Amino acid sequence: MRTLALILAALGLSLVAHTSLLFARAPDADRGARLYDSRCVGCHSLDTNRIGPRHGDVFGRTAGSVADYDYSAALKRSEIVWREDTLDAWLRNPEDLVPGQKMNFRVSSAADRGDLIAFLKRAAQD
Amino acid sequence: MSSTNNDGAAPKLPARRAFLQTTGQAALSATAIAMLVGSESLIRSARAADASKDVSILNVALALEHEAIAAYQLGAESGLLQKPVLDVAVQFQSHHKGHRDALVDTIGKLGGSPVSSKGMGQYAAELKANTLGSQKDVLMLAARLEKGAANAYLGVIPAFQDPALAQVSARLAADETMHWTVLAQALGQPLPANPLSFGA
Repeated sequence: MRTLALILAALGLSLVAHTSLLFARAPDADRGARLYDSRCVGCHSLDTNRIGPRHGDVFGRTAGSVADYDYSAALKRSEIVWREDTLDAWLRNPEDLVPGQKMNFRVSSAADRGDLIAFLKRAAQD
Repeated sequence: MSSTNNDGAAPKLPARRAFLQTTGQAALSATAIAMLVGSESLIRSARAADASKDVSILNVALALEHEAIAAYQLGAESGLLQKPVLDVAVQFQSHHKGHRDALVDTIGKLGGSPVSSKGMGQYAAELKANTLGSQKDVLMLAARLEKGAANAYLGVIPAFQDPALAQVSARLAADETMHWTVLAQALGQPLPANPLSFGA
């Protein structure tokens, strides 16, 4: 009986995973631009350092590497390169990725993170 | 530690499972972990670590408030704002000065060092003040910064170790949202069509 329940639970999880894949949409850079304008602009700009470092070339950049920005020591020594996976982890919970960082801002929605990252990737290519 | 209740019965599984689920979902602060361990010295150092994290968040908030004060100063000195609008801008700037003073005070009480304001020239360059050519330009810049600030304050709430400071962040967000609403109305921008348009 217990084995049957485990098999059914596994099948259920598998179905949920496949269903979410079916309904997952591609990241939307245009929506990401709008999100950036409402969520990030309080502290960041694409081309100037403000409260946070500039973001225009952040995709593909090594963390803590903008010369004229005052980073936390933790981020400077992190050796992270900002790509889809690292940016997703950073936006989900920066303190989990780099303990001692100073951003602390979290984006809880995976779809929002994906759209923001798509926008930042496009901005770096422009 | 006993694995039984006072009546000698084993703990009910659902309650234990619920506890584990709760602690698994919400990260415990260093202080909470130290309290569970029960070491006084550990609790003291953990409290200092938690306060240090909160100070770090508050200092970013303070930097944001310094910039907001500067932005309204640039707008006020631009000569682009008509009298009634200028009065509102000065009032909003006074709110940001109040935020700044509260943050400086709190950071000091937590044993931190408040970040200083940058020079007006640096703020002008960072905010591209030389591109402002009309009252509408100034209001649009202010609206973008206020909306961004509201979302910034909402986005850091889960990171606070002290719930009282998280509440302060929510109150700051409410002020910024009030500013944004007035500015958006002055610009003729529509209100958000959907609920829960801030934060998330």
